[in-house]
This record gives sequence, C-alpha cells and structure tokens, in this order.
Amino acid sequence: MGKIVAVTGNEAVAEALRQINPDVCAAYPITPATDLMQRFSGFIANGKVDTQMVLVESEHSAMSACIGASAAGGRVATATSSQGMALMWEMLYIAAGDRLPIVMPLVNRALSAPLNIHGDHSDGMGARDTGWIQLYSENAQEAYDNTIQAFRIAEHLDIRLPAMVCMDGFIVSHSIERVEYVDDDKVKKFVGKFKTVNPLLDIDKPKSYGPLILTDLYHEYKRAQHEVMTKVADVVLEVADDFEKMTGRRYDLFEKYRMSDAEIAIVVMSSAAGTTKDIIDEYRKKGVKIGLIKPRLFRPFPFKEIANALKKVKAVTVLDRADSFGGYGPLYYEICGAVMSLENKPLMINKIFGLGGRDYLPDQAEYVIDELVKIAKSGKVKTIKEYIGVKE
Amino acid sequence: MSKKFWEKLPAGSVVLEAGSAAKFKTGGWRSMRPKWIEENCIQCMFCWMYCPDMSVKVNAEGKRAEFDYEYCKGCGICALECPGKKGVKAIVMEEEGK
Repeated sequence: MGKIVAVTGNEAVAEALRQINPDVCAAYPITPATDLMQRFSGFIANGKVDTQMVLVESEHSAMSACIGASAAGGRVATATSSQGMALMWEMLYIAAGDRLPIVMPLVNRALSAPLNIHGDHSDGMGARDTGWIQLYSENAQEAYDNTIQAFRIAEHLDIRLPAMVCMDGFIVSHSIERVEYVDDDKVKKFVGKFKTVNPLLDIDKPKSYGPLILTDLYHEYKRAQHEVMTKVADVVLEVADDFEKMTGRRYDLFEKYRMSDAEIAIVVMSSAAGTTKDIIDEYRKKGVKIGLIKPRLFRPFPFKEIANALKKVKAVTVLDRADSFGGYGPLYYEICGAVMSLENKPLMINKIFGLGGRDYLPDQAEYVIDELVKIAKSGKVKTIKEYIGVKE
Repeated sequence: MSKKFWEKLPAGSVVLEAGSAAKFKTGGWRSMRPKWIEENCIQCMFCWMYCPDMSVKVNAEGKRAEFDYEYCKGCGICALECPGKKGVKAIVMEEEGK
C-alpha cells in the first residue's frame, strides 16, 4: 500500500505531476488552480523535478507554449480553471487537431459574468467539442488517480490526444481529504518513458505542424480525428486494468452505484455524486429502488454502455452543474443521446444545481428522489428542466 | 482490409515532407508586379533580404538576378525598400496584365 496522507485535491494532483516529472510545463495562475501550479513550481524550485517551467503572460500563451513543446517532442502538462481555459479556447482545438498529448488538470470553476471563483462545470462543458479527452473526478483520490492515468491514455500510440482531468473547484481542490499515494517508482514505471511521434526537434527529418488545409482535405482530417476518439474508451479501460493491478482501485468509464435492481436513477458528475450516494442509501433503507450513474469519461462519451446501464430504469434525473442557456444542461443531452437507442426509454428530467459553487445539500437530493418516485409511478413529467437550490 | 483514404493521412495533419511548399505556386495571387530595372540597381541586395518569400533570385556570381514570378505575390516590400541609384528606383510596381 502507498503512503496515506491528508491533502487537498490540488496538492494531490501536484504530487502526481511531481512523480511524473513532465519535460515542460507552461502555466498562468488562476483561482482555484493557482495553488496546484504553485505547489508544482515549488517542486521545480527545490530541484524535485527537472521540468522546464515557462511562465507566460496569459493562458492563451500557456497553451500555445504547451503546443510548441509537445510538437517539439516533450511530455507536457499545464493546469487551469474557468476564465483561464476560456482564454485558451482556440488553442485547445489546435492541441487536439495536431494530436498532441498534453495533460491538463482543470479545476472546474464558474464563468463570468457575474464574476465568481467557485466550482461548477461551465468551463469544462464549454470545452466539450474541442477534441480533448475529459475525465471527471469525484474527490481528491480520483483526481490524483485520474491524473496518473491521463498521461497513459493521452500518450497511447493509438490515441495521441490531449486530456483534461477535471475536479470541482474548492469543493475538491481546497478540501483536505484522505488520499492514498502510489510510490514514486511505481508511478514512473506505470506512466513509462515518453515516446515521441513526429517531433519537430528531430532536425534530420524536418516537418511542419499546422498547415492550411481547405475544402480538399479538412473533412477527411476531421473524419480521422473522430475515429481516434472511438478508440479512447478501450484504452481508458486497458489503463484502468493496469491501474487496478498496481493499486487495487478500480476505475471504469462511469461508476454505477446500486444500479443492479434500480427502477429510478440519478446521473451526476464529480463531487455531488458523493452526497447523492449518501441520500440514495437512506432511500434504499426505505425500500426505494434508486441507483446512481457518475460519468467519469465525459469525452468521448460512453453512450452504449450508459444506455445499457439505464435500460431497465423508468425515470432518470440528470443533474447538471452547468447550463446551456436556452437549452438543457449539457450532461442531460448526452444521457438523452444515450437512451435514444433503447426500446423502452426512461422518462428524462433535468435539474440545474450548484452554479457558482452553490452548495448541493442533502435536501436537494431528497427533493429530486421524491419527485422521481412520483414520476415513475404516474408516468407523467410536469417540468423537464428546473433549477434546484434557488432562493425563491 | 485496405485502409480508407482518410485513414492514411498523417496524424495531426503534420507535413512530413521537407520543403514541400515549393509545390504550391502562389504567383497567381499577384495583382501588382515588381519590375526590376537593372541599370538603376546598385546590388545592395535589400530586395533579397526583405522579400518575405524567396522570390528574389541570386545568380552563380552572387549578383541580383530576375524575380521568381511563380512565387512572388506582389507585396511590394522590395520596391519600397529599394534605395535605387541616386534616388532613382531599381524596382517599380506595375499593375498585373497591363
């Protein structure tokens, strides 16, 4: 067993980065990710890693420098949050389109306006279509474990795509929890030596990144990019198997909690899943057959597997910690997309919760379950989309 | 099974062939054409230095040669920078097709 420590989510992820020792890290501070990179730059200053830190003037430059370093042939990492990632936006697409395996912890935080520094998923959901792999973490342990696995997934020779490791700002990033670390040598062995693919610094074989490709081939390159995404889930599972062998901790594309005989279900990501599981346990004691699905791999989304997990369920509430104004919450669309393939589709309800770090409390989970029970019994849905935990 | 066309494309649209830009002739973009007037040329090579492409050619003796009109896009930087002989330009811009 590894060392057991009491650390914050940021501290745990910084520790994972120390153990992996990337070649280059270009970063710009932003709450709540600042503390993560501050800790990591401490490791650099103290000679614990030999990472080349590039201090830049913005997140746009941070991602640009990461792209350059990755194309050059280095193992590259950065971290950001909210507005920081919003400023990276155009570069995120380039990192993915150029097939560069950059790993980026994203400490999920609300987007302005109004200005808010607390946790919700608006930033990560906004990057849904960038072509990055996205893993979401419930707690500090998962954030640490996902970071280690993300390097293996992103750098896999069949994949070579950038990956984001998401954890809830403050709720996870700044809360002290019990975390079990993996020993340094084991992590290094697990992640392995970085393998370059078409490195720019191989000057004997000159090459160019980022050409202009118009109507003749752009469509084909995007087709190829889609194809790579279809291979990610298998690699995520393969890496999870190896991770389980090393640590005993099992990861999947999503977590199923008390789903085997469930008649109603809640789908929710990240830290809110923990609170929901506690309330599910209470309702199970009362005989309510309720289960939970917590997506871990959000991009690419495991449609088939989630549909299979929901095929016997009568009604589902999807809890979104982000909104698409004028639409439904982004996770709701994914689950609707998944259940479309089912012969018996469950009734689908969407709740928006916890924006800008609003606490998700047990009474909100109880409200959701009470409503689900009624809907499953009556077969009728009054309101599809509703904000919960709102001051009225 | 044989691979589909799009499966054979290099990952990440990386161009693996060095110097392949030479295959893409860009002279057709030009609307203004630089004209070299040899008698006004003092061989300062400013045009060669300032050309953002490689459209000013140099001959075997290291002297200024004719423009490469297959790549010159007619930006006019050479004409602007040309000091000429006693203030008389050795490069002037003319409308293409005139």
